Amino acid sequence: MTRQVRTGLLVVGLLGFGALLVAALLAAPPSGRESHPYGDAASQISVQRQNTPNVISSINFDQRGFDTLGEEFLLFASVLGAIVLLRPTPGDKQVEVSDAPEPLDAVRALGVLLLPVVVLVGFYVVATGHLSIGGGFQGGVILATGIHLLFLAGDYKALRRVRPLPLVDVDDVVGAFGYIVVGLVGVAMGGAFLQNTLPLGTFNTLFSAGTVDLLSVAIGIEVGSGMILLLGEFLEQALGSQSSASSSGAGT
Amino acid sequence: MTLLLAVVLVLVACSGAVVLATKSPLAQAVVLSVHGLVLTVAFAAFGAPDVALAQLGVGAAVVPLMVLLALAKTRSRMEPAGNTRPRLQEAGSEAADRDPTDPE
Repeated sequence: MTRQVRTGLLVVGLLGFGALLVAALLAAPPSGRESHPYGDAASQISVQRQNTPNVISSINFDQRGFDTLGEEFLLFASVLGAIVLLRPTPGDKQVEVSDAPEPLDAVRALGVLLLPVVVLVGFYVVATGHLSIGGGFQGGVILATGIHLLFLAGDYKALRRVRPLPLVDVDDVVGAFGYIVVGLVGVAMGGAFLQNTLPLGTFNTLFSAGTVDLLSVAIGIEVGSGMILLLGEFLEQALGSQSSASSSGAGT
Repeated sequence: MTLLLAVVLVLVACSGAVVLATKSPLAQAVVLSVHGLVLTVAFAAFGAPDVALAQLGVGAAVVPLMVLLALAKTRSRMEPAGNTRPRLQEAGSEAADRDPTDPE
């Protein structure tokens, strides 16, 4: 395909997409008002029918749970791709990670103080995804970034011990396929895949909203371990390996 | 309320422009993190706290960190032989790097 054909194809695609987007936006109900038909409908289903105070979680894990399954495996696949790309090649050799220069006392103190708080907040956000702001994705990201405060506090070896990457691999798979297992519960209970068939419980309590919270926890495990793996591969490449291209002279 | 949204949108445009105008990749990673924070405020102002929380984690923390780590790796590659260690732990390892009794 020549450059001209490619450019022509791009122009046609952009024009078509632009025309459809403008047409769709013109036909959509106006936003930024007190009420919006889609928002009202989603809120009504979420609060009145499905006992889920956090409407966003109800949409993500109940009303369109299948979309979230796709998003989850999108992340799963990209983490997998990054791991394959960043794997040690034959020319690379593992180097002993020496201790980085001591961080400032203030940085170390802040890291040590914040670590338990951030991890606790992460677990809280994952566990209460159906009740308040956040859910599996947000909580998973908080957890994954939280434990990297250990690295910020100056100890990469401790970080390595806290998150052995082979175990996190397993964790990632457990989270990803846990979502499918919870979805199959819907089928086992005589409903559709990912249908919220579990008891809905009492409104605004921890054990309520049926499968919403279970799916949120599954996503939390998957996103948390996926992010740890992603950052872990980057850290191993940046600190724990040396490529042959650069070690042709004196290495360590 | 509309005024707040307008101010936030102008801030997003400004911080985004600063990211684009920054030449050094290292500085760009830091500015990108600030841009992520501004976007977080914007999402919160538009009444989308769930998205704001996700943006705070991904846009302000994880992505800039990944950029920094990639920079550390590429820098250690481009530096002349004999000083191959990543900058993060460069201090104090000069002597070890130039060790003439290298087993290779």
